[in-house]
Amino acid sequence: MSSPAETDRVVTYVDALLEGMAQEMRLDDDVFVFGLDVDDHKGIQGSTLGLVDEFGADRVFTTPLSEDAMTGVAIGAAIAGMRPVHVHIRMDFLMLCMNQLVNMASKSHYMYDGQVTVPMVVRAMIGKSWGQGAQHSQGLHSLLMHIPGLKVVAPSNAYDAKGCLTTAIRDNNPVIFVEHRLLYYTDAYVPEESYTVPFGRARTVREGGDITIVGVSNMLVECLRAQELLSEEGISAEVIDPVSLVPLDIETITASAARTGRLLVVDNAWTNCGASAEIVAGVMERTDRPIMARRMGYAPTTCPTTPVLEDEFYPNPVTIAEKAHAMVRPHAADWRPDPERAKLAYQAQFRGPF
Amino acid sequence: MNGPSSIDVTVRLYRSLRLIRRVEEVVAEIYPSDKIKSPVHLSIGQEAVAVGVCDTLRADDVVSGTYRSHAAYIAKGGDLKAMFAELYGKATGCAGGKAGSMHLIDMGHNILGSSAVVGTTVPIALGYAYAIRRRGEDRVVVAYFGDGATEEGVFHESLNFAALKQLPVLFVCENNQFAIHQPLEKRWATDRLCERVETYGISAKKFADSNVESIRTHTQGAIAEMRAGGGPAFMECVTYRWREHVGPGEDYDAGYRDRTEYEAWSDKDEVARLGAALGENRRADIDAEIEQQIAEAVEFAESSPFPAIEELHTHVFAG
Ligand SMILES: Cc1ncc(C[n+]2csc(CCOP(=O)(O)OP(=O)(O)O)c2C)c(N)n1
Repeated sequence: MSSPAETDRVVTYVDALLEGMAQEMRLDDDVFVFGLDVDDHKGIQGSTLGLVDEFGADRVFTTPLSEDAMTGVAIGAAIAGMRPVHVHIRMDFLMLCMNQLVNMASKSHYMYDGQVTVPMVVRAMIGKSWGQGAQHSQGLHSLLMHIPGLKVVAPSNAYDAKGCLTTAIRDNNPVIFVEHRLLYYTDAYVPEESYTVPFGRARTVREGGDITIVGVSNMLVECLRAQELLSEEGISAEVIDPVSLVPLDIETITASAARTGRLLVVDNAWTNCGASAEIVAGVMERTDRPIMARRMGYAPTTCPTTPVLEDEFYPNPVTIAEKAHAMVRPHAADWRPDPERAKLAYQAQFRGPF
Repeated sequence: MNGPSSIDVTVRLYRSLRLIRRVEEVVAEIYPSDKIKSPVHLSIGQEAVAVGVCDTLRADDVVSGTYRSHAAYIAKGGDLKAMFAELYGKATGCAGGKAGSMHLIDMGHNILGSSAVVGTTVPIALGYAYAIRRRGEDRVVVAYFGDGATEEGVFHESLNFAALKQLPVLFVCENNQFAIHQPLEKRWATDRLCERVETYGISAKKFADSNVESIRTHTQGAIAEMRAGGGPAFMECVTYRWREHVGPGEDYDAGYRDRTEYEAWSDKDEVARLGAALGENRRADIDAEIEQQIAEAVEFAESSPFPAIEELHTHVFAG
């Protein structure tokens, strides 16, 4: 695995995805990419742009609006030894793929006792803001985390996006690749050559001693902003990016939480039966130390479109910092970051891999 | 074409029909003993659809099926011992005892796994066919499914995509006229299934009585076109399930269908018709071989061990 320090090449998340995809397609003729609109002039926000010109319409093609059957097509091609990447511009549309993902993709290797493998990648983008609303904003990764046989990864930065995509394509299992639209234009140091990011290894992004904060996908970035606000208050937060949710590096998170005694998990999804519930439970099961644990995620509502309500729907650096502060200093007076400072936090640029 | 003589074909068809019939009768006989650890959906009465199509396939052609797949599995040359062992839940089963009757598979004979969720294997057959075309091979994929599956959205999505991409897929609908206990009249707005399919630009043909030779002859032509680069084709084979939907018994006293329907179909039983055409001696020899083959497969299943407990955790993820 190449190290980010070896490069000074700054690349956006979306370009990292495109580069990783193209490199794997050059290396392996069995890799192909398909899904609604992957070959149009917008190319899934640019993440598949130009691939059709280099690799041709046999390997880069749009599909009918038939998510259910197209997922089956990916499975069948994978069983035949190819490595399909099926792209969905919104994760919400994965609901039409659930039958094939849950009943076939995840189970075929087991049910047929290893006679087949299903090496496929499902790229699914989570939307946010600009009134994405009820059905264009859902982080539904926990539904898929529940099913044995599926891997689920949620890279939070450009470096991990490229490395995880490469790993996902080479993996012999179905991999759900969770992307967040707001991450697309964030950048990081990304080596030009092909590299992999291993699944099942969390990244400790910031070291700290007072509290462990875990952020999933785009929430990792919000947690980093919260961490800056907290540090101004003299609170040192350890921030962890799980990178992959299945397999999950619960050991790294547990070790950190056992040390700080406090665990806050912030998911880009609802908390109920979610990744945050799994992470907290996993930590509690692995240690007898008393650990204070809290979770944050979407409000337990449908996502509204109007900005005043939408802002309330998501955790943000202010609410995350506030929650963390209350955990670290339960007896102190209520504290809220200064709104001006919070605004500045939003201007901070973070360059992954964190 | 210097094909085999017609008597050779009849022998082959009969052997396959009879083998399937007897395997399933034996499954039904064993079933009450509880040695078979799996629900069984028998194809007794429907054998001609499996045999007429599979007889025309090459070993490297592919079939995919449903939970009612004993017939296609056997007709495609699936390992009989591994099938019985699978029904018994034994380690030597085609899927080590993890699949049972509803998920038979034999990739060595290009039998793609079968599935218990109606319609799910149809698009997977397409994906396999896409890979075949990408690699410039002349193999074909046969997708078997029931009449009920044609009501699923994924079936129509699959027809459209197969036609759009001109994939080498032969869609074979085993129309036994019931989905569990529900007759077509309660499920289909019209019975013009082939017309529905044709609107996707796929040639479709209906076989009203599942005559094994007509199915075979038609399949030969359809597959030759696909091998030459043609797109998908569709066959609707009307047939009749003689036993209950799931389980070993008959259910003509249940009230949802009449025994006289069965009698009409059993009068034109393809197993009996081809057997009679062979003459007594030849037929008896084949029958004896089949009994021997089945006895060996049952004995293999009986004497095989159950899987080790650790097997529960193997193959969750591929390495
Ligand atoms: C998606 C789905 N819905 C419902 C069922 C329950 N079910 C099992 S078999 C069956 C009937 C299917 O009929 P058909 O496709 O005609 O096949 P047959 O059993 O007659 O061979 C149904 C409804 C199922 N297995 N899968």
